[in-house]
Amino acid sequence: MNSRETILARIREALLQKAVPRHGSGLPSLIERHSVLPLAPTATETQLALFAENAVELKTDFRYVSDDTQLLSQLKTIATEENWRLISTHRSARLSTLATQLGANVVFTDGGYDKDELERCDAGITECDALVAQTGSVLLTNRSAGGRALSCLPPHHIVVASTSQLVPDLSSAMELLREK
Amino acid sequence: MDKYEVVRDQSKQWFQDWQGARSLAARTKFEALQHLDAHLIQFAKLMESRGTQVHWAASDRDARDIILGILRDQKARVVVKSKTMTSEEIHLNPALRRAGYEVVESDLGEYIVQLRHEPPYHLVFPAMHLTRGEIKEVFEQELHDAPSDDPADLTMVARRTLRKKFLQADVGITGANFAIADTGMISITENEGNARLTAALPRTLITLVGIEKILPRLEDLALFLPMLATMGTGQHLTCYNSLYAGPRQPGETDGPVNFHVILLDNQRTLLLADAEQRDALGCIRCGACLNVCPVFRNIGGHAYGTVYGGPIGSVITPHLRELQDWKHLSFASSLCGACSETCPVKIDLHHHLLQNRSNAAAPPNGRPQFLQQLAFRTFGFVASHPALWTIAGKLGRLAQTAHKLVQAGPLDPLRTWTKTRVAPRLARQSFRAWFKERQP
Repeated sequence: MNSRETILARIREALLQKAVPRHGSGLPSLIERHSVLPLAPTATETQLALFAENAVELKTDFRYVSDDTQLLSQLKTIATEENWRLISTHRSARLSTLATQLGANVVFTDGGYDKDELERCDAGITECDALVAQTGSVLLTNRSAGGRALSCLPPHHIVVASTSQLVPDLSSAMELLREK
Repeated sequence: MDKYEVVRDQSKQWFQDWQGARSLAARTKFEALQHLDAHLIQFAKLMESRGTQVHWAASDRDARDIILGILRDQKARVVVKSKTMTSEEIHLNPALRRAGYEVVESDLGEYIVQLRHEPPYHLVFPAMHLTRGEIKEVFEQELHDAPSDDPADLTMVARRTLRKKFLQADVGITGANFAIADTGMISITENEGNARLTAALPRTLITLVGIEKILPRLEDLALFLPMLATMGTGQHLTCYNSLYAGPRQPGETDGPVNFHVILLDNQRTLLLADAEQRDALGCIRCGACLNVCPVFRNIGGHAYGTVYGGPIGSVITPHLRELQDWKHLSFASSLCGACSETCPVKIDLHHHLLQNRSNAAAPPNGRPQFLQQLAFRTFGFVASHPALWTIAGKLGRLAQTAHKLVQAGPLDPLRTWTKTRVAPRLARQSFRAWFKERQP
C-alpha cells in the first residue's frame, strides 16, 4: 500500500467514529455568510468611499484621478519626488505607454525577466482584477499584475485601477476569481 | 499584548455578528473534517492536473525524506523558507542543515530566532520575547551590521540580507494556512510579502500542508481570511493573502518551474479518530487562545518544549506525540475556559484539557504507581478520621523538623520531590484547636 492509500485508509477508519455536530451541520450558504460578515455596500459611490477609507487605514496612499492626463501627472510627481531611475511594469493598453513617459528606464516583466534587475527597480506598476471595498484591498492575479513578483519585489507598488473594478466584499472577489 | 487586545476587539466589532461568524466557521471546519478523504482526493487531483506533484507523508520522517529527495534532485544549495509551524513540527531545519543545505527563514521574527538558534516563541509572534537591544546584539554578532536598536533600522538590515537570499535560493519552502479542495489551491496569509517572494522567485517550490488544513470551497476564505487576521493580529485582513494553484503555466511570466505539495498526516488521523476531540483539528493557528490564557500569558514560549504552544498545543500535543509524556500540559491549566470562549472556530479547548487528564489516568497505561496509590489511600483514611487527623498534624510538625536533616539529600525518601520544592511549615496550632479556645 502506498502512503496515499495508507493515509486515506487511516482517515476512513477514523471517521467511522461519529462526531456530534455541536454548532449545526451543513456548509454555510452565501446568505448565512453575508449575515455575519462586515457590511458591504452595493452603490458604487459608497463602495468607493469605503474602499478609500479602508485603504488609507492600511497605509495605502489612495489617489483619485478623473482621466489619463491626470493619472500621468500624478505618476510624474511621484516619480520625481522619489527619484525613480528604474521601474518595472507589464504590457497593457494603459501601462505600456504610461510607464515610458516617467523619465525612468522601464523593465517589462512579460515573457520573463532578470530577477536581479527587478530587485533593483525603484517601483513596480501594475493593473489589478478588483478593488475590494469591504477591506480596502486589491485583488491581483498573475495575468493582471505582470506575474507573481512584480507587485512585491520592488519597494514601491503602484496599482492603476478604475472604479468599474470595485466589488463590494471578499465573497464577490472570490466569485470573480473562480470565474477566471 | 495590550495593543493587540484593543485592535482585536475593534476588528471583532467590524463583523456584523462575530458570534455567528464563529458558529459558521466551526460548521465549515466540521464539514471539512467529516469528508476529509473526499476533499483531499479532490484537492490532489486538481493540483496534479496543473502539473503540481502531490506527495503524501504518513510521518514526519517521510516528509523530511521527501523534501531531502527533492533538494537532491534539484542539486539545491540555498533554501529560503517562509513561516511554517508544520516544518517546526517535523524538525525540518536541523535535518536540512545536517544534509549540508543553507536554510534561511524569511519571516523577520523567524529570522531573528533562527539567528539566535532558538525555536519560535509564539505561534504568530516568534520573537516577541526579545527586546530591541537583544535583537541588535544578535544582528551585530551574526550579521556584523546593526546601526542602532531602532526597529526600522534593524528591519532594513534584515531586509537587505534576506533580499540577497531570495535571489540566490534554488528552492522555496512554505506552509499553508488553508488548502482549498474545490479549486485545488494553497492559501497563505502574511504581512511581510516574504511568503509571496518565497513562492515566486526560486525555481522549485515546496509547500508543506497538514491534512487538516482543508477548506471545502474557495468562498470559505471570505469568512476565514478576515477571522484569522482578526484573531491573529487584530487586523481586518493581513497585508498579503496569496493563492497558488500550480507551477508556472504556459504564457506566465514567473513562478516556480517545479511545484511540490506535501500532505502530512503525522498522527493527525489519531486525533481524527477521537470523535470527542476531533474539532481540535479545525484549529487555524491564530494564537488567540494563548493570548487570553492566564497561564500562558505569564509563562509562555520555550518553557514547555512543545512546537504548538498555548491551550491548543496542550490539547493536541499529547495526541500528536505521546499521551504519557505530554499529559502534564493538560494539568497546567486552571480550566477557566477563556480559550474556548475566544476560539474563532469554537474548539472546546478547556473540556478537551479535562478529557486529556482523564484519558491520562485511565487504565491500563494511566494506572497510578503503587506508592502513589498507597500515599493517597493513607491520606484518604487519615483525613476521614478526625482523631487520626489531629495526631497526624502534631506528628507532622515533628516529622518536618526531622526531615530537615536529610532534605533533598541522598537519604531523603522524598528527594525527587523536595529537591525542587519546599513544603509549607505545618501550623503550631490547628484551626479546630484555635476555634475551641475562642469559644466563650
